[in-house]
Amino acid sequence: MNNLKNKLAAAPYLVWMVVFILVPLLMVAYFAFTDGNGHFTLDYVSDVAQYAPIFIRSIWLALIATVICLVIAYPLAYILTGLKSGTRSTMLMIVMLPMWMNFLLRTYAWMTLLGNNGLINSFLGFFGIGPFKMLNTEGAVVLGMVYNYLPFMILPIYSVMVKIDKSVLEAAADLGCNPRKTLLKVVFPLSLPGVFSGITMVFVPAISTFIISRMLGGGGNLLIGDLIEMQFLGNSYNMNLGAAISLVLMVIVLLIMTIMNQFSADEDGVVLM
Amino acid sequence: MKKLSKVYLGLVLMFLYVPIFVLIVFSFNTTKSRSVMSGFTFDWYIKLFKNEIIISSLVNTIIVAVIASIAATILGTAAAIGINNMKKFSKTIVLNITNFPIINPEIVTGVSLMLLFVFFAARMNLEFGFVTLLIAHITFDVPYVILNVMPKFKQMDPFLYEAAQDLGCNPVSAFFKVVLPEIMPGVVSGFLMAFTFSLDDFIISYFTCGSSVQTLPVTIYSMTRRKVSPEINALSTIIFLVVVIVLVIKNMIERKSTAKVKEER
Amino acid sequence: MNNIVTLKDIVVEFDGERILDKINLDIKDKEFVTLLGPSGCGKTTTLRIIGGFLDPDSGTVMFDGKKINGLPPYKRNVNTVFQRYALFPHLNVYDNIAFGLRVQKLSEKDISKRVAEMLKLVNLTGFEKRSITRLSGGQQQRVAIARALVNHPKVLLLDEPLGALDLKLRKEMQIELKRIQEQLEITFIYVTHDQEEALTMSDTVVVMNGGIIQQVGSPVDIYNEPKNAFVADFIGESNILNGLMIRDRLVEISGRNFECVDGGFGENTPVDVVIRPEDITLVAPEEAQLNGIVESVIFKGVHYEMLIDAYDFRWIVHSTKAAEKGASVGITFTPDDIHIMNKMKSHESVKEGADE
Repeated sequence: MNNLKNKLAAAPYLVWMVVFILVPLLMVAYFAFTDGNGHFTLDYVSDVAQYAPIFIRSIWLALIATVICLVIAYPLAYILTGLKSGTRSTMLMIVMLPMWMNFLLRTYAWMTLLGNNGLINSFLGFFGIGPFKMLNTEGAVVLGMVYNYLPFMILPIYSVMVKIDKSVLEAAADLGCNPRKTLLKVVFPLSLPGVFSGITMVFVPAISTFIISRMLGGGGNLLIGDLIEMQFLGNSYNMNLGAAISLVLMVIVLLIMTIMNQFSADEDGVVLM
Repeated sequence: MKKLSKVYLGLVLMFLYVPIFVLIVFSFNTTKSRSVMSGFTFDWYIKLFKNEIIISSLVNTIIVAVIASIAATILGTAAAIGINNMKKFSKTIVLNITNFPIINPEIVTGVSLMLLFVFFAARMNLEFGFVTLLIAHITFDVPYVILNVMPKFKQMDPFLYEAAQDLGCNPVSAFFKVVLPEIMPGVVSGFLMAFTFSLDDFIISYFTCGSSVQTLPVTIYSMTRRKVSPEINALSTIIFLVVVIVLVIKNMIERKSTAKVKEER
Repeated sequence: MNNIVTLKDIVVEFDGERILDKINLDIKDKEFVTLLGPSGCGKTTTLRIIGGFLDPDSGTVMFDGKKINGLPPYKRNVNTVFQRYALFPHLNVYDNIAFGLRVQKLSEKDISKRVAEMLKLVNLTGFEKRSITRLSGGQQQRVAIARALVNHPKVLLLDEPLGALDLKLRKEMQIELKRIQEQLEITFIYVTHDQEEALTMSDTVVVMNGGIIQQVGSPVDIYNEPKNAFVADFIGESNILNGLMIRDRLVEISGRNFECVDGGFGENTPVDVVIRPEDITLVAPEEAQLNGIVESVIFKGVHYEMLIDAYDFRWIVHSTKAAEKGASVGITFTPDDIHIMNKMKSHESVKEGADE
């Protein structure tokens, strides 16, 4: 009977939500489908097709980074779950700690490592090898993605794995599974929701980044993010085109999310530290 | 097997930490070289603290993060109460829209807010700066508060609110005396999450702050665009230390409270 | 005795479904009244109307002679013991009990005196500083009772308060609650789906089903003179048969005529016939009017429960002596043991009582 009053508590937020979440998204659509004078046009949306190679590169690099993250993170999460609970939480904290440092600084760190005069090339030069061109390559961009987003893959997989009931593992052993078979037949299927949320949590920021490509990829490895940024704050100032590209990116991401969400762990399953 | 997993763990940790440690080591280098240690100095730290742009953007960052996270906490907690009482249909719609800033690529959120501000800047006397930055931060902070508070309502015994009224509280005092203490852990963790995300945010700030007000991440970005400057190394070292100290304290507090709970059981 | 609570033509509907269908009920002062019925029968809804948590769609709620429709719970001289206690987890035992008194802004001195009284009443003296999470279910129950009673309500509402306790504790608390009610001399309105609990504690039992009050009466009346097949089936175990009232004091069951003590149903009227399992005696087949074969024998502690297959009906029989499984036996009962009831209307059909 006090429902009405309680519902009113949400009113300020609902106004905020409409003005600053919904309307801005409509703005993106509005700018994408109008020219500078506010007339309807499909030019900008069709112009996006010109940038197909950049879209393909972004998707490709993000995909590689996601796969590498998965390959590194899965065994790590499994090893972490096997630790004693005290060491486990300490170890998890140590693994997650770099994530709390600003990611610009983490990316900058690789800039100094990979440069032609950087530490790695100097080290190799000591043995008379190199120098190799590492900075400003696609490889460097993928490395930056993996380095920055690896924790986003570890955490969801770990949180799902750690919740697997121990008695289920015992049951598998009881029914004749050796540890390897238990991992394959029981742990892996049960951990899949974590894997799927990990994939989205890595893929979405990776496909839309512009800092990693800017800092580690030089000028030659433009990604969708760079393209958007250039339209708004860069040289090729064109907000309508920028909005059109953003709209396409959003559609791609939402599509992938919808597919992945069918399989991933629910919101409560993943808790940031 | 055991040994193999230890080696693996070690390799991953090396991958994660070596870049950070290299930054830390070279923050004490006397020259600007990124590969040769020439000598030990605190010069870069001194320069860092004398750098007015960095100090003022640090102050900006903290002010924005404090105001935005407090505003988001109040707005979000009230919203959670209201959403919790909604019918299933409207609840689903509101929560889905609320999730947007979380699932959308940050760059899209940043761009969409920028477009909104551009649109209104042309029609009203709105300028990019502190206000737009604050609005943007509150907007991406609120969903985290709501997501942290909502589950607390689910865990709470729905009869507590009635029990308080049964014992003489009117609805308002029943909320403050009984419901608020119950959802407090969610409110606090929502606030902390909002605060850290605000401190750390680069992309959305980058699109919404304009040229007059800069936050620390925006300043760091413009520094990395310029020549090599070991001041960044010094800054990284300090930020890393702050993060380590905060996390260690947080963990100690959590250990203590879980130990206390165990003791009480 | 005066009526403390009166419900007149109370109707409640949720989403077009009638939860309460014109309930009329008078509750006398200082009585222990139980609302008894299966889950979904409307008993908790009735309680919530008295507590002020729910407004009826139509009808009048009277308290102590005054209409109180629309009066919010915090203005009613009624307190509630909630189903799962609803104790405040952030407060300790003392602060939980003191909650209502602090809302009334009593002096701390008075509060501590009254809390101490209550703790004594519920046998929890010495638990003041204990955290709620460190109490057992039974202790939490006692705190919930003390927290409600400390406000000196005229009526205490209890919503299945013992449902979460184990059997032994439940029996102890039943006696304890009755003692407290008698000691304080206030009205208890108690909701339960456990018929044994209702019979043990109550002065008056209100049997409800499908949003309708089926019968109001003392536990003995309800048990011995059930008004319809639902009450008979819900209170204790029963054999309920289709019968035909041939004329007053003569009824046909299973094709045979039996003398009985009831009348006033008219001639050749279909009726429900109830015979309690403990009223049936097993004899040799040739001594009885009805014969059957023992289908199963279960030991129940005090008695044996037997199912007797008598061709067109399966009888439940309670006896301290066990018959042999598969044996042919005869069934007898006296005219006193035959309870005749009007057939229920179709929409009041017997529902299975389930745990809430």
